[in-house]
Amino acid sequence: MSIKVDHVSYVYDPDQKVRRYAIQDVSLEIRKGEFVSIIGHTGSGKSTLVQFLNGLLKPTEGHVYFDGRDIFEKDFSLKLLRQKVGIVFQYPDHQLFESDVLKDVMFGPKNMGQSPKEAEANARAALKVMAMDESTFEKSPFELSGGQKRRVAIAGILAMNPDYLILDEPTAGLDPEGRDEILELIRTLNWSQRIAVILVSHSMEDVAEYANRILVMNDGRIIMDDTPKNVFRSYQELEKIGLSAPQVTYVAHELKKKGFPIDEDIMTVEEAKKEILRILTHDS
Amino acid sequence: MIRDITLGQYYEADSLIHKLDPRVKLAFTLIYIISLYVGHSFYCYLFAALFLAGVIALSRVPVHFMLRGLRSIVVILVISALFNIFLVDGEVLVRFWKLRITKEGLVTAAYMVVRLILLILGSTVMTLTTTPNDLTDGLEKSLSFLKIFRFPVHDLAMMMSIALRFIPILVEEVNKIMKAQMARGADFDGGSLIKKAKAMVPMLIPLFVSSFRRANDLALAMEARCYHGGEGRTKMYPLKYQTHDYLAYLVLLVYLACMILVSKVL
Amino acid sequence: MRNILIKIRDLVHEYREYDENDNLVKTMRAVDGVTLDIEEGSFVAVLGHNGSGKSTFAKHLNALLMPTEGTVIFSGRDVQEIENLWELRKEAGMIFQNPDNQIISNVVEEDVAFGPENLGIPSEEIIARVAFALQRVGMEAYRLSSPNKLSGGQKQRIGIAGLLAMKPRCILMDEPTAMLDPEGRREVLRTVHELNRQEKITVVMITHYLEEVVDVDRVVVMDHGKIVMDGTPKEIFSRIDKLKEHHMRVPQVVELADELRKEGIALPEGILTVDELVEALCRLR
Repeated sequence: MSIKVDHVSYVYDPDQKVRRYAIQDVSLEIRKGEFVSIIGHTGSGKSTLVQFLNGLLKPTEGHVYFDGRDIFEKDFSLKLLRQKVGIVFQYPDHQLFESDVLKDVMFGPKNMGQSPKEAEANARAALKVMAMDESTFEKSPFELSGGQKRRVAIAGILAMNPDYLILDEPTAGLDPEGRDEILELIRTLNWSQRIAVILVSHSMEDVAEYANRILVMNDGRIIMDDTPKNVFRSYQELEKIGLSAPQVTYVAHELKKKGFPIDEDIMTVEEAKKEILRILTHDS
Repeated sequence: MIRDITLGQYYEADSLIHKLDPRVKLAFTLIYIISLYVGHSFYCYLFAALFLAGVIALSRVPVHFMLRGLRSIVVILVISALFNIFLVDGEVLVRFWKLRITKEGLVTAAYMVVRLILLILGSTVMTLTTTPNDLTDGLEKSLSFLKIFRFPVHDLAMMMSIALRFIPILVEEVNKIMKAQMARGADFDGGSLIKKAKAMVPMLIPLFVSSFRRANDLALAMEARCYHGGEGRTKMYPLKYQTHDYLAYLVLLVYLACMILVSKVL
Repeated sequence: MRNILIKIRDLVHEYREYDENDNLVKTMRAVDGVTLDIEEGSFVAVLGHNGSGKSTFAKHLNALLMPTEGTVIFSGRDVQEIENLWELRKEAGMIFQNPDNQIISNVVEEDVAFGPENLGIPSEEIIARVAFALQRVGMEAYRLSSPNKLSGGQKQRIGIAGLLAMKPRCILMDEPTAMLDPEGRREVLRTVHELNRQEKITVVMITHYLEEVVDVDRVVVMDHGKIVMDGTPKEIFSRIDKLKEHHMRVPQVVELADELRKEGIALPEGILTVDELVEALCRLR
């Protein structure tokens, strides 16, 4: 069970003499149940890449396989693929349109051919998973707060019961509390329902805490594909392309330089605290 | 689709035509269109075509760029030609079934097509050599006399330039919304007309909501930057006539006079 | 003691909702009794989570909103008594959250000229001001570009240039970095810090990122429409529990220092940066 991207490239404006690549010769495989994060600065190609995964964009070159089948073959149903591989874009305002929250979340399931009853049951379940209170179901989606809108937008995809969930910068514009809320919910989804999560982000702290695999993109290519620890170990390379590691990683590296026998692969405050306490108590 | 419409697309080049004041170019378009209705003889159209060819040559815009604008009116050309060919009375040349083709019909159709082509090309010269901003400025200044009738010239010009800025943004937004809905299984092509119209709802509502929000934000931003209507406003680059602009006006008048002469004499 | 540029006294702002028959159905107090003095030339950050009233508050400083109660006095003038509001707004320019929705023209230099044009400034001077403003924000190379081709950070810098061309005394920024990527965020912050230092322009920045307020002069935290904390960044960051109470997330370094302190490590108060923490830890060994 996997989505496989095989040597794909994407060219803007193929008519132009000088080919400008948005994506250049990228290959990767994402298996069910993974929590992958794609990082890169604006224009690195990360948003383009994820659109191949459910056939919203067709690569200029290369193939995309879902469970071994080429998704751009004639008899492959893209509609079915989009049910299995859900994508939530950055702005929830781009998808909310119905008169109330529940109806809006039912839009996807209904398009998949479910009866109104089934669709409603799935919508209710998805909203519950996204921690939306029942009292909001009858409200207009436009009355909700930013964080709530985001959760309803995700529920709108979840209601189709996807196996893969792609989130394009799901925390942009939210305050820290709203951000933590969303990320926690996504982590729970990944754990409890084994839904693979592909999180596109430029926040290193988010990525470090949640993902177990990181893809770093630059200029339309994947330049790193590894565990968070290994990726942040090469923080100097990240800086060269305008990214940075979490703050505590820098603390660890600096301390190491000053002669602390510290583990440099620290990414979270919790880990840093343990390491520093270990060293300081050992000293005394 | 959007790429095919030449109208409203500026072609960057360093030419005399580009340098002309937008008001001159507006006048050129107007006079040129009028001139096409002055005479209906072969020589009139030949003269008009030669004049336009001269202007296009001066503008240094590649000819195929000019012709691209014609693609969008091919259908109109064909329909109006057919109407004229079959419906004009006169000396019958061919007759089959219930239809007949007359000599007069053919001639009228040919003139009609030529006139339409010249008309489109004439206005394309203006839009290809004038930035949308200059065009707006030119219109605002040329029509400023309407202010005496309380016609909101400045406001309309401001609306036009804001539209120019936001059209590309909204086009991109439509694209994004459609993708977001397609990810939820929405189907935008295929199906009957009613089905298609219905499928548009999930695209149109988010587009309206977002446009209203943008409008609201923009109004606030304009107010914060001291916008209070056209009264007392200055311009960074106010339109000012140069010698070549006066000369261009002269050329236009001479052209119109010649056209009238040609229509009367030949 | 520096001169006070904006004096805010007991400011209250209520949003009122009416039904079809003009009956008041709901009153929402977004700003609830704020009193604050903003010194000329200072860099003040106003922090708060979404819905804390910070944006509503900021819009009073250039009279985009008028107080329900209380007063705002800008440079000695009560804003409610100013007849031509643009006289105030040219001195207190504002940058908004969405960079796209505040650019009016489709050529960069014409957008920068928009403010001065509205003020009726002569053409030659507009040209000079636009050149100066673009150079000041490092965007002179994009003078003739279309804003649609710029990054978010560049668009915000164009917005700032648009204000500079009006020669403001104060720049108000309403979550200017919320929609930007980390690089754009750095660009914008660097630009305003420079303007604050070199041009002595007062800056009031609304944000919900604590990382961004580490090097400002003064931090004000708002919650439920009230000011709940007020001090230098060092003072604010030494009260982490209080910050958390008001739904703020502190930068990792500050949090780490705090956690270590709780474990009995004798770290000094007010550690804000990686270097400060590393130095303090080295001294302990």
